[in-house]
Amino acid sequence: MLTSTMSLKRLIGIALLGTMIALLLGCTPSHPQSTFDTRGLVAANQANIFYIIFWAGLVVFIAVEGALLYMVFKFRRKEDQGDPVQTHGNTRMEIIWTIAPVIVLIVAAVPTIQGVFYAANSQNSPNYPADGNALEVDVIGHQWWFEFRYPNPNNPAEQIVVANEMYIPVGEPVNFRLDSVDVIHSFWVPKLAGKVDMIPNNDNTMWFEAYAPGEFFGQCAEFCGVSHANMRFKVIAVPRPEFDSWLQHQAGEALEPSEALAVEGKNLFRSAGCSGCHADSSIIKIRADGSRIPGRTGPNITHIATRLNHLGIYRNADAPFEDSSGVRQLYVDAAGVPIHANGQPFVSAALLQQNLKTWITDPEALKPGNLMTRDGAPYIDPENALSERDIDALVAYLLTLK
Amino acid sequence: MTTLTFPIPRPTHPTGIWNWLTTIDHKKIGVLYGVTAFILFLSGGVEALLMRIQLSGPGREIISAEIFNQLFTMHGTTMIFLAIMPLSAAFFNYVIPLQIGARDVAFPRLNAFSYWTFLAGAIILKISWFTGGATNAGWFGYAPLTSVQQNPGTGIDSWIISLQVLGIASLAASFNFLVTIINMRAPGMSFMRLPLFTWMTFITNILIVLAFPVITVALIELYFDRSFAMNFFNVAKGGDPVLWQHLFWVFGHPEVYILILPAMGIVSEIISTFSKKPLFGYPAMVLAGAIIAFMGWMVWSHHMFTVGLGPIPITVFTITTMAIAVPTGIKVFNWMGTMWNGSIDFKTPMLFALGFVAMFTIGGISGVMHSMASSDAQQQDTYFIVAHIHYVLFGGAIFAILAGIYYWFPKITGRMYNEALGKITFWLTFIAFNITFFPQHFLGMDGMPRRIYTYDPSMGWNLWNGVSTLGSIMLAIAMLMVVHNLARSWRKGEPASGDPWDGRTLEWSIASPPPEYNFVEIPTVYDRDDWWARKRREVRRAVPVGGGSGDDEAHDIHLPQPSYWPFVVACGLLIGGFGLVYPVGVYAISIIGTLIGMIGVYAWSLEPVNEPEDGESSAH
Repeated sequence: MLTSTMSLKRLIGIALLGTMIALLLGCTPSHPQSTFDTRGLVAANQANIFYIIFWAGLVVFIAVEGALLYMVFKFRRKEDQGDPVQTHGNTRMEIIWTIAPVIVLIVAAVPTIQGVFYAANSQNSPNYPADGNALEVDVIGHQWWFEFRYPNPNNPAEQIVVANEMYIPVGEPVNFRLDSVDVIHSFWVPKLAGKVDMIPNNDNTMWFEAYAPGEFFGQCAEFCGVSHANMRFKVIAVPRPEFDSWLQHQAGEALEPSEALAVEGKNLFRSAGCSGCHADSSIIKIRADGSRIPGRTGPNITHIATRLNHLGIYRNADAPFEDSSGVRQLYVDAAGVPIHANGQPFVSAALLQQNLKTWITDPEALKPGNLMTRDGAPYIDPENALSERDIDALVAYLLTLK
Repeated sequence: MTTLTFPIPRPTHPTGIWNWLTTIDHKKIGVLYGVTAFILFLSGGVEALLMRIQLSGPGREIISAEIFNQLFTMHGTTMIFLAIMPLSAAFFNYVIPLQIGARDVAFPRLNAFSYWTFLAGAIILKISWFTGGATNAGWFGYAPLTSVQQNPGTGIDSWIISLQVLGIASLAASFNFLVTIINMRAPGMSFMRLPLFTWMTFITNILIVLAFPVITVALIELYFDRSFAMNFFNVAKGGDPVLWQHLFWVFGHPEVYILILPAMGIVSEIISTFSKKPLFGYPAMVLAGAIIAFMGWMVWSHHMFTVGLGPIPITVFTITTMAIAVPTGIKVFNWMGTMWNGSIDFKTPMLFALGFVAMFTIGGISGVMHSMASSDAQQQDTYFIVAHIHYVLFGGAIFAILAGIYYWFPKITGRMYNEALGKITFWLTFIAFNITFFPQHFLGMDGMPRRIYTYDPSMGWNLWNGVSTLGSIMLAIAMLMVVHNLARSWRKGEPASGDPWDGRTLEWSIASPPPEYNFVEIPTVYDRDDWWARKRREVRRAVPVGGGSGDDEAHDIHLPQPSYWPFVVACGLLIGGFGLVYPVGVYAISIIGTLIGMIGVYAWSLEPVNEPEDGESSAH
């Protein structure tokens, strides 16, 4: 449905893109949530529709404001000017300026409605799989983090749970089923697609397709309480084989720690009450009727040491997904772990350690109102408060969860 | 009734605090509305300024997340319900009876009641800052964030009860103005001779009467959910949070037109007066206003394009929303038609009115962008929307209200404001407004969500947020200049004649300030823009300006007397409302408030209609 007008729109789009980006850039080079710098089919379609109304709006803007300015200078009251002619109207003019906007609006409505239907069904993607088995991911909103559940490729009765960071295959439409366990959130990755709200019990769906590899920023767009601003996540789009190995790795069990401090941390993870909310197995069953089992209260930590970002926000790696000249730096190796183009592990243990320690020491500083400081035993009961050594042990344990 | 004597006589205080508490003069009530609402407007501005300071750069820790959330919720609620609506109501009160040639509104005591009830609602809301935290779930209060499980404090309750009390005030005022406009028009003042401001007031009040019951129902449901464990919006018990959104926006979108239609009326009066031309296409202007109001009921779900309604409803609401651009465009073009070949005098009111047209056009264009649901999917809940609403409500409604304040200031106070300072203020406001809000378009398209208290330095939002904050500080200075000009001119301004602008409508045919009885003799109207026509054609002798001193002529005018009871009933609502927000005991405070209110209502109905001799003021 896009192809007929696509080329013209693209041209206009590209022309505008330069101007807009230049304008938007201001002083900093990075615009990770720009809605112009699109990498997804749906976002590109929506940006093209914006360009149509942007240009039409610009014409109206220039016409109206220009006419206003003209009149301001032309009809300024002159010295000793008598009363002007008391005209009451002009039917022809009034009909013209009633009809003209109608025409503009009809022209704008056609691609809009096409776009609405385009964004409503992933079968509009030219890459929709012939067997109809597009990847389907459950996205579950929590105050204030995102849970993602993938179908387990090894067992259709199970799902694989990850948090705050999701991988998708490039060049394939991905369907999302959106839900929330508490209040209304909204699932939004500006470079890939416009948002759809995540409403408890409402069965919303959406889809997007990244046409280029990359690491894309997402953020909750519907006000959802104290830490709404900190409810962020990342989408990492990699070629299908890399995605498959990542998913296989996520499906696997967590590694058993061997180092003494880490073993102590694992024991503490259970005794201090952390495991009450945080699962250390990424597998969750699907009920016989196909419905989801509610997971634990907090994010799954099974493979937390493979995540590029802590809380979906703070970077655990020195390198970006691609360098400034656009050369890809991040790959997923055959074992399903992110590695740097130079073969080194992508996640920096030092950064991860620092981020985890900062977080566990004072979660409230990073995410005000979070449920862990509100309800977690080590934070509400001074008798159970974590010592410096406890925190080091926990961090040592988490660092092993690759 | 003649045989019974009511124990408490009607008040007869000509001046002082008792006069203000008991007045039922529409002009004094208009002033009360205006001054109160302007103070509340400034308080909403302070809330905005605090948010802009927190957002001036990335990762600032000036204001905590929780306080920030309270600030934007209170800012939105304050500006909509406590600033723009009552500022419009101030003009309804002061101007409408004068424009239609009446001596007061249809129900003067109900009018006083509306004001005091509005004040009660404002107090209930604003005091929550000091009683354990203000409401923090956004002015739209989406369920389930407002549930007692999510939000156990009294902030949400104060918001619910405040809006209910304000709703009572608005409904009472609206019925009053509808009856006034229908029944109290001077002889010859047919509907198609009404000044456009009166027309827009009429349409706005129809909207209020129809829209407020919807939010009333929604708020009652929410209060019952919170206080009595009912389940209208409780997902766990099968309630539906989307129901709240439908109820809220079925009210909320007409509410947008409740805010903007009076502004359009004010601007129509001003552009016509200062261009010395009648309003271009008057019937089309009236009809366009009515169509906007009517279609305002068919577009609510454009606030819900991302809720997942499905492509068919989204398509329908896209089309209806786009269609509203047509009557809105008609208004803009007709204002320009009014100026065409006119003799334009750039006094401060005219500058603000032109600023309105220029800025509202921008807000209208970005509005069409949101009507296109595909494009809106990226814009919804971003700073692009924040920019849009401020172009419509600040560049639109507030510019028009400021225009109206300067325009009618000489009429209200009998003194001229400082013109030079007024013009400087306009330019500062205009520039600061654009510096504050235009960059927010960029921020929104760059993916900055609304209602976030902090952002990361790597997002690329630093520059424009800094610029926006700078603009907001300039804007605050401009608003202080408005206050300075008005406060000073009120006491020391040059005396104003009855008709300083060579006006067109009846309010300019009487003295400034108008006498208590407005018109010595109720005028007979022969034309649209009757006063202009009378001055030009001299068909009949115009009523002498300065009739306020003509006590002899005014000898037989009977005006209703002041009353204690509207104030008492509003006090009952205030106390009763507090009792619902802070339910001590078994709603004991509410019961006391209800009793006070009921005593007030009975006393109101039983107090003598008029006493033959009280020897006060003009009520001879």
